[in-house]
Amino acid sequence: MIHDALIAPFTEFEFMRRALAAVIALSLGGAPIGVFLMLRRMSLVGDAMAHAILPGAAIGFLLSGLNLFAMTTGGLIAGFAVAILAGVVARSTGQKEDASLASFYLVSLALGVTIVSIKGTNIDLLHVLFGNILAMDDATLLVIAVNATITLLVLAVIFRPLVIESVDPVFLRTVSRAGAPSHLLFLALVVINLVNGFQALGTLLAVGLMILPAGIARFWSRDITGMICLAVLSAMFSGYAGLVLSFQTKIPSGPAIILVAAALYVGSVLFGNVGGLFRQLFPGRHLEA
Amino acid sequence: MAAQLQFRDVTLGYDRHPAVHHLSGEVAAGALLAVVGPNGAGKSTLFRGLVGILKPLAGSILTGGLDVRDIAYLPQSVDIDRSFPISVYDFVGTGLWRVTGFFGGMGKGAREKIAHALAAVGLNGFENRPIGTLSGGQMQRMLFARVLLQDARLIVLDEPFNAIDAKTSADLLDLVRRWHAEGRTVLAALHDMELVRAHFPETLLLARGEVAWGPTAEVLTAENLLEARRMCEAFDDSAPACAVDDLPSRAA
Repeated sequence: MIHDALIAPFTEFEFMRRALAAVIALSLGGAPIGVFLMLRRMSLVGDAMAHAILPGAAIGFLLSGLNLFAMTTGGLIAGFAVAILAGVVARSTGQKEDASLASFYLVSLALGVTIVSIKGTNIDLLHVLFGNILAMDDATLLVIAVNATITLLVLAVIFRPLVIESVDPVFLRTVSRAGAPSHLLFLALVVINLVNGFQALGTLLAVGLMILPAGIARFWSRDITGMICLAVLSAMFSGYAGLVLSFQTKIPSGPAIILVAAALYVGSVLFGNVGGLFRQLFPGRHLEA
Repeated sequence: MAAQLQFRDVTLGYDRHPAVHHLSGEVAAGALLAVVGPNGAGKSTLFRGLVGILKPLAGSILTGGLDVRDIAYLPQSVDIDRSFPISVYDFVGTGLWRVTGFFGGMGKGAREKIAHALAAVGLNGFENRPIGTLSGGQMQRMLFARVLLQDARLIVLDEPFNAIDAKTSADLLDLVRRWHAEGRTVLAALHDMELVRAHFPETLLLARGEVAWGPTAEVLTAENLLEARRMCEAFDDSAPACAVDDLPSRAA
């Protein structure tokens, strides 16, 4: 019975196995990025970037149909352009990064909508908007796995400057010039993982598998290593449970995965070890010292 | 002794308004220099220019071939994100950047150095505490521990004893004297004249421009301090472009 509900879908259907593999790869790459987005107070930047890559993907789609490579490339170009322009403007003029990013992603969005409405139909764009994790072919799976691998490798390289820049940016500026390049690389990783996610979850929900796990992890761990591990695990669990949920009910897979993550998040807000509401209401007696 | 630092007619500021105006002078290697002046005198700006965060509007600052890694800078209002989940141990460990860089592992030697630095500032037992749980004084001790690990030839401290209790200031001042004894060049922006008179052989009295620079006793006179206090703090939005030759302090 339990076996039928929880394991059989994956042993019986290949598309479920592919979906599970995709969501595991997405979790490995996206969740650590989400943790850094959260710690650098850039959670909404992830959301803005998701909007910024949409027109690039749409253009790729218009040029070569439902070709994931073209859409990925278009999304990467649009995302990189917006991320790098916003980063450069913020660093060279002193305008806050959120303001420059908002400006550039709106430009990108407006351009994209213009191009689409002049040239295209919007039937298949629904696929871009909401993704389809149950239709993973070999090429798409490979792209996702490669992107996740790149993410982990690059993150390992820039981990130290990224941490130091988050906690004490002035110090990093006085000892090294690695700050700006690693920040730009980090933004690039954000874009890569968003593009990765929109093939499976759609542009609108892709950021969900990055931010929600990070939010969950923050309520259970006080150090960054623990947070990253917990974020990856909760993203994987959300992916698995979401796929099962969507298999057994009528809920589409993308929203099902994010809804499971959201449920975990609400649970963490209420009962989390570190700053959870329940813990704050009933803290126990104060200590001796 | 050879000059470690040379200010060559340097002007530093923001948005074309000078905060340090036409400063020239030399700091000898191994000097222990106090930089004194009222709020807005340009002390922090001078230090920011010195460590390379701020580009001079005019003139230049020569650091005698020092690499950026040979300069340890302790800013005043530290832009530290205290909610970031990092332990005291790891935070202080970032002071070893010049040794470890991006990837270098923390070997036994590095761990011993960190332990020594924490002991030197009296933070034993705080290794695993998140930095957000430290008090103001403990935070300052931790920052001194990181400066200690940076093992820099030039140490720049911007108001290091502000809002710090007497015991902590005394402990940290001992470290400053130790650095001086080790032959490092130390610059510190300070407000406590008694402390400057007691421990700093050389003083620069700054009020946008130099008011006096030399042996502390000769610099911190009543007239000089009064002159420094007369400095006008506000920028004049309609100030004309600076013509060096017309500058009154030059003419005087």
